[in-house]
Amino acid sequence: MTQPLLLEAGRAQRQYWRDLWQYRELFYFLAWRDILVRYKQTVIGVAWAVIRPLLTTIIFTIFAGKVAGLKSPGLVPHALFIMAAMLPWQFFATSMTEASNSLITNANLISKVYFPRLIVPAGSVITSFVDFLITVALTGLMMAWYRFIPDWHLIVLPLFMVLAFAASFGVGLWLCALNVEYRDFRYVVPFLVQFGMYVSPVIFGSSDIRHKLGETAFRFYALNPMVGIIDGFRWSLLRGQTELSLWDLVASLVVVLALISSGLWYFRRMERTFADVI
Amino acid sequence: MSDAIIIVENLGKKFRIRHQANGHRYTALRDVLAQKIKAPFGFLTNGKKNGESHPSTSEDFWALKDVSFEIKRGEVVGIIGRNGAGKSTLLKILSRITEPTAGRAKLYGRVASLLEVGTGFHPELTGRENIFLNGAILGMTNLEIRKKFDEIVAFAEVEKFLDTPVKRYSSGMYVRLAFAVAAHLEPEILIVDEVLAVGDAEFQRKCLGKMKDVSKQMGRTVLFVSHNLAAMGALCQKGIVLESGKVVHSADIDQCLSFYQSRRQTFRPQMGRSSGIAKYVDAYVVGSQNRSAATINSGEKLEIVFEIESKHPMDHVLPGVNVANTLGQRIATFWGGFTASRLRLNEGSNRFVLCIKGLDLSPGEYSLTATLGLDGETLDIVDDFLEVNVTAPASWSPARYPLPDHGPLFPEFQWTQI
Repeated sequence: MTQPLLLEAGRAQRQYWRDLWQYRELFYFLAWRDILVRYKQTVIGVAWAVIRPLLTTIIFTIFAGKVAGLKSPGLVPHALFIMAAMLPWQFFATSMTEASNSLITNANLISKVYFPRLIVPAGSVITSFVDFLITVALTGLMMAWYRFIPDWHLIVLPLFMVLAFAASFGVGLWLCALNVEYRDFRYVVPFLVQFGMYVSPVIFGSSDIRHKLGETAFRFYALNPMVGIIDGFRWSLLRGQTELSLWDLVASLVVVLALISSGLWYFRRMERTFADVI
Repeated sequence: MSDAIIIVENLGKKFRIRHQANGHRYTALRDVLAQKIKAPFGFLTNGKKNGESHPSTSEDFWALKDVSFEIKRGEVVGIIGRNGAGKSTLLKILSRITEPTAGRAKLYGRVASLLEVGTGFHPELTGRENIFLNGAILGMTNLEIRKKFDEIVAFAEVEKFLDTPVKRYSSGMYVRLAFAVAAHLEPEILIVDEVLAVGDAEFQRKCLGKMKDVSKQMGRTVLFVSHNLAAMGALCQKGIVLESGKVVHSADIDQCLSFYQSRRQTFRPQMGRSSGIAKYVDAYVVGSQNRSAATINSGEKLEIVFEIESKHPMDHVLPGVNVANTLGQRIATFWGGFTASRLRLNEGSNRFVLCIKGLDLSPGEYSLTATLGLDGETLDIVDDFLEVNVTAPASWSPARYPLPDHGPLFPEFQWTQI
């Protein structure tokens, strides 16, 4: 006689991870569905992934660079300096926003079908990844325009991509679970995103913080995981002409791991009540 | 014992109903923070404070209580009960969508649930894409779906429309397609919740036929909930009757169906909370035998007869009937105290009648609760003893009667020029 599936209050589902593997195809399908739907609906859908980062970069280059006088280090064209930060930031911001709403938008699935709910925010991060790839292509084009070709530093780019993915997922987990329980959380998210953009070194460089505010201030600053990630992206794309310190990297790594593990804990804890509350 | 496929022991599910003074349905972070700021050490006191401006009470509602039963491999079991009896909650627990609060359930086979037709269907995607999506959502692998694809399309009869977006389908095509995918699942346990309610007679016949095949030919265990009692009688062998979250009967299906029918004609005193001195033992609408539901046109007279048994004689008892809408909000209170009715209870059996000259409520479903009090003390409360379905009279124009957000009142009125 096979082991029965036991349904009981508070029972830690030991086979949750096995279930996740069994439902892995659903993961692809949900992401596929979201991507397909986005691009079926409008022409702008595809173009938006290009227009948004492009326009933002242009505006920042003109206003932050030429008007406000912020400079990029070395011989890096200012537009590229900003774009290299835009790339991970845009990914992080959109996946954070999408993930935070993911459970609510899939409320009908959650209340009617069983599957490991972790699939939902994970799938939404994948959809943002597709946008990210489009923006990568855009960056490539910009580099061709400026005749600025990246060199061997590019090797570490995948590492930072994974880190960006992990950061988005960690924050996304927290936000989507919180959003189910406290419905007004979705008003907090856009503010967090905006706040994050100004605090993170998108328009300026993290080295500016170090030089203007000192080393200790910089260490605190680097606790923002996006600092390490953005610095990493810049370093690898811009031929190492920007600064990247070990502290940067380690701080980001540690914070991201903390975010993911705490996010998973909170999500799994609240998951039991999703169907009841949603 | 060895061929039991579902064993349920003392299963219970409790919901906490928060009666929020400010009327919000969802918890808002700002409210939680505001409460924490106002009373950061609130957990130290036991909550009773002077000047609490927004008391929000919470009540525990047991949707299921002490439910136990066993289902053997290959049985087709029908779960019968009124709306709100706990059927959907039971199915949701067995489908792993929600967790039980008490007790446990053991499942010895893979479960697939069809709790809603077309779960996950996206209107922008084509029929073909939705088959894959829906199949994946219900737990099929890509391979399985591709193998069964042609069968599914044939069952749904939508060959010609496979590549058009589902938003262009007629409602009939939509439910056929949705059911077709679910019908080709291959679980050991199939749970179906009221999906026959959608679709025309043709569709229902097809669904029933398919479910019969699934159970007879493939030996699948099926748990079936429907309001179509004839369908249940035809399809199921065993039945379980739920009432207010408890199992009240469990036997073969014909017995259960007749039990259920007879229950609908009895007043249900176990739902009451009586002090013991006096209690309601019967209540019915004049002219009807059905003691669980009544249908009445808006504005018509409603008369309800109550029978009360009392241990002692009592003067000036105050009966009352509270009317609530489907959201649980109080709409009207027909309390004897408001009309200074001087009613007397004799020892033994008593009959009162409540006469409402015109029930000026908007069309919709309402639930009645009976109360009985004396000098401020509650003698008996019977929650939801009657469901009243208020319909629009034929004379009203069909497009123009009030909807739920127009409010519950609908007294007679007229517009004229002066």
